[in-house]
Amino acid sequence: MIFQAWQWVKDNPTLFWQAVQQHLLMCGLSLSIALIIAVPIGVLVANSPRMAFIASSITGTLRTIPSLAILAAVMPFMGIGLLPSVIALVVLAIPPILLNTCTSIQAIDADTLSAATGMGFTPRQITTRIVLPLAAPGILAGCKTAAVQVIGGAALASFIGGGGLGDFVTTGIAIMDMSRLLVGAIPIILLAIGTEVLFFALGRVFFPSVEKSS
Amino acid sequence: MRWAPKHIDEILLALWQHLLLVGSAMLIAFVISLFLGIFTARRPKLYAVVLSVTGMIFSIPGLALFALLIPLLGIGMLPAIVGLTAYALMILTRNIASGFHAIPPDVRDAALGMGYGKWRNLREVELPLALPFIITGLRIATTTLIGIATVAAYINAGGLGAIIFAGLDQRFPEKILIGGGLTSLLAIGADLLFLGLQRRLERRRSA
Repeated sequence: MIFQAWQWVKDNPTLFWQAVQQHLLMCGLSLSIALIIAVPIGVLVANSPRMAFIASSITGTLRTIPSLAILAAVMPFMGIGLLPSVIALVVLAIPPILLNTCTSIQAIDADTLSAATGMGFTPRQITTRIVLPLAAPGILAGCKTAAVQVIGGAALASFIGGGGLGDFVTTGIAIMDMSRLLVGAIPIILLAIGTEVLFFALGRVFFPSVEKSS
Repeated sequence: MRWAPKHIDEILLALWQHLLLVGSAMLIAFVISLFLGIFTARRPKLYAVVLSVTGMIFSIPGLALFALLIPLLGIGMLPAIVGLTAYALMILTRNIASGFHAIPPDVRDAALGMGYGKWRNLREVELPLALPFIITGLRIATTTLIGIATVAAYINAGGLGAIIFAGLDQRFPEKILIGGGLTSLLAIGADLLFLGLQRRLERRRSA
């Protein structure tokens, strides 16, 4: 069966690589957009406990909505295709990044910040030179959670016409062709595990002193 | 809201199937994890292996895992329950083991010194002390599974996901809303249930 799947990939290389490209594009785009939105909000919100509470309750509720429902809910408003899928995945990726940014900023020692103020740092300098570097390991952990979510969600994007590797899985199930199903499922799994390894390596390279807790 | 009031039966059936899927998967996963967690808690090397294997399973996207199970187990509730069980293992094992890690060695030594046997020590000293961690694990795993279980509808396992998929196929937003909304309500409900359990446990301890 795996051999058959391999044969199919060899016979249809353009179809296969198009799907891989689409899949990676979808994941990369939505993760980057989520990062651009969630980190600044996290930085802003972390300074006031009330705002942080509001943000964490909203994101907490957002997280209980299953990925499938978020993707499905976008369809009535935006139709089908790549754009609605990316938007749904952004919604999926924001909560973990936002929450982790917020909590890791709040965990920074108050003495460090007052020392920086005492040394004449402006608020802007404190944010870029002290707060963000100290919160970076936490933000990275948030990105990892978000990436796993997004890759899982991207497989489901096939249901709203987002394309990608999920298409092979759904086609395989529809025509009950197990080898076609594997053409989609195996790369998706490799991608997920690869991402996990990538983030682990990133953590090792950039923050060797931080003990891995999760 | 024209569809829902006329199809309460259908919705309740989906809800029941969803609970059945998540409930049975949680039960099986809990038994396996209890064994894995207790057995590996004092064996750091084995613990690392178990955690990375179960962690790898956890990172596999739902659709791909369920799809992989089709050649082995076909479609329906059985592969869905197997898949969901596999997802819960990492969360449960990690939390059960950390519960045991958090027990001060002195407490164990004292219990052993008082002549408690291995089993009695486990049952009367270690498990009660690890209980808060275990409940946290159950809480996180249950809410996670409730979400993932919606995808299982694609391999004919039923549940609330079936309503979402029907809404997608028929371009019927109300069904998507009802299926998705009920799933999140279920997850929030499970979350509150376990939080309440934990709070009651703490109150009884401090009293």
